[in-house]
Amino acid sequence: MFVKQISVFLENKSGRLAEVTGILGNNDIDISALSIADTTDFGILRLIVNKPDEAEKILKEHGFTVSCTEVIAVAVVDEPGGLAEALKVLDDASIGIEYMHAFVGKATNQALVIFRVEDPEKAVAVLDKNNIRVLPAEMVYEL
Amino acid sequence: MSYWNQTCECMSREKMKKLQSERLINTVKLVYQNVPHYRNKMQEAGLLPEDIHSVDDLHKLPFTYKQDLRDTYPYGLFAAPLSEIVRIHASSGTTGRQTVVGYTRRDITTWQEVMARTLTAAGADNKSFIQVAYGYGLFTGGLGVHYGAERIGASVIPISGGNTKRQIQIMKDFGTTLLACTPSYALYIAETLEEMNIDKNELKLKSGVFGAEPWTENMRKQIESKLGIKAFDIYGLSEVIGPGVAYECECQNGLHICEDHFIPEIIDPETGEVLPEGSSGELVFTTITKEGLPLIRYRTRDISSLTFEKCECGRTNVRMSKPCGRTDDMLIIRGVNVFPSQIESVLLEIGNTAPHYLLIVDRVGKMDSLEILVEMSESMFSDQVKRIEDLERKIRNEIESTLGISAKIRLVEPKTIERSEGKAKRVIDKRKF
Repeated sequence: MFVKQISVFLENKSGRLAEVTGILGNNDIDISALSIADTTDFGILRLIVNKPDEAEKILKEHGFTVSCTEVIAVAVVDEPGGLAEALKVLDDASIGIEYMHAFVGKATNQALVIFRVEDPEKAVAVLDKNNIRVLPAEMVYEL
Repeated sequence: MSYWNQTCECMSREKMKKLQSERLINTVKLVYQNVPHYRNKMQEAGLLPEDIHSVDDLHKLPFTYKQDLRDTYPYGLFAAPLSEIVRIHASSGTTGRQTVVGYTRRDITTWQEVMARTLTAAGADNKSFIQVAYGYGLFTGGLGVHYGAERIGASVIPISGGNTKRQIQIMKDFGTTLLACTPSYALYIAETLEEMNIDKNELKLKSGVFGAEPWTENMRKQIESKLGIKAFDIYGLSEVIGPGVAYECECQNGLHICEDHFIPEIIDPETGEVLPEGSSGELVFTTITKEGLPLIRYRTRDISSLTFEKCECGRTNVRMSKPCGRTDDMLIIRGVNVFPSQIESVLLEIGNTAPHYLLIVDRVGKMDSLEILVEMSESMFSDQVKRIEDLERKIRNEIESTLGISAKIRLVEPKTIERSEGKAKRVIDKRKF
């Protein structure tokens, strides 16, 4: 159920992002989702790719500092209130959200939200129970 | 021409040599008897106190290094019983261990004497109002100047450092005539004066004594013009006594060393050979009147040169040139001694291995700034910004408590700090001296 997300440490210098995406592109790795958490001096690039283990290996070979995090991918209805519904479920179960990012997927009328939560197992159970679709990892990699 | 102690400051070279020789012999006997470190060192060199007849034999004696003070931390080199030590000061050392110095009552009197000479040479007397803006505490700057200022009968304003607007208000209200602080702080005060729209002519400042860090003629001119004062260079180090080891007279052509208390030598830092007058090399001091912590041939790591020519001010005391560099990698940032290796030990404690780091020292406006680049590693990395920021903060706090000054920490990507074959270049000093 858990999706492997790659996190890469980047200095706030121009060209860093281009370099990472270039390396992935050259190695036939496809990016499904991307977000950047930025501070004044550095950023953390978070990627969902189709081949996470390979991506990690290749980026490390190129000298990047990389780590892997388990996240959940949830499909919400692409309508007003869709995201709020999922968030309410998590909130009612007192599950803290570290961060999230959302993007519109290829599937019709669905928006994909990536969550990093404190307790992924509990989150998946509670979302399932409330009929909110948690996507299996393989499906996310294929997006 | 005002001397505090004309007898000593204008003594003939012949009389001085005789006086120094007597005092040196007494000091060598004292350390041989009371300090195991020196007794062992002399025995290793096959020396007995009787072998020292005059200052001409000084070169036979072993050197003392900062490491010796660290190795005997805290009181191992003291020559007087602890019950006679009335004051303890300390200065920064590497790996967080301070070098500790101790003074007997007579040492404090000696210190007052040499500081009195310093302040008198800068034009101060019992009518002066002396604002001591050096830090008070374990650092020798504040209390050193304070006791000397009291000795000459001046009115001492013991304000210590910081709170610059208040410093200026006090200068204005209390009628300060002499300012004592680091040169970069003096420039900062001058800048703040402008910001507060106070004209320097509203102040009664006439002169200042500045030291504890290197400063240039250019900086001197700036301080003098912005504050409307004559700016005097002073030199000292805690191990020898504190401020008061050497001072500029009105000729401002070298600093007079109080050589009836501290005998200087210039040596080749590689070979230890004593170099002739005028040569540039490492400055070495032997204290000949201190009782608490007498030091034989203490290597300062400062680079300077000596001249024995009589000065136009009438003083015969040997003059040293303004120090123009170090033989080690010590930096002085905002008046504080910083050894790059201190950074390494802090980082080692936080991570498992010492990451690659680089110190960037610069002068932003008038104050020194320190930025430390630290290479990110797998063990330090986290997916959460919060964790990385916590790490940055932890490093910053540890560095501040170890070094005593604050630094900006910047985490950089691996392999971005230059590697080198030999000794790693850990410091980029962008300040222009």
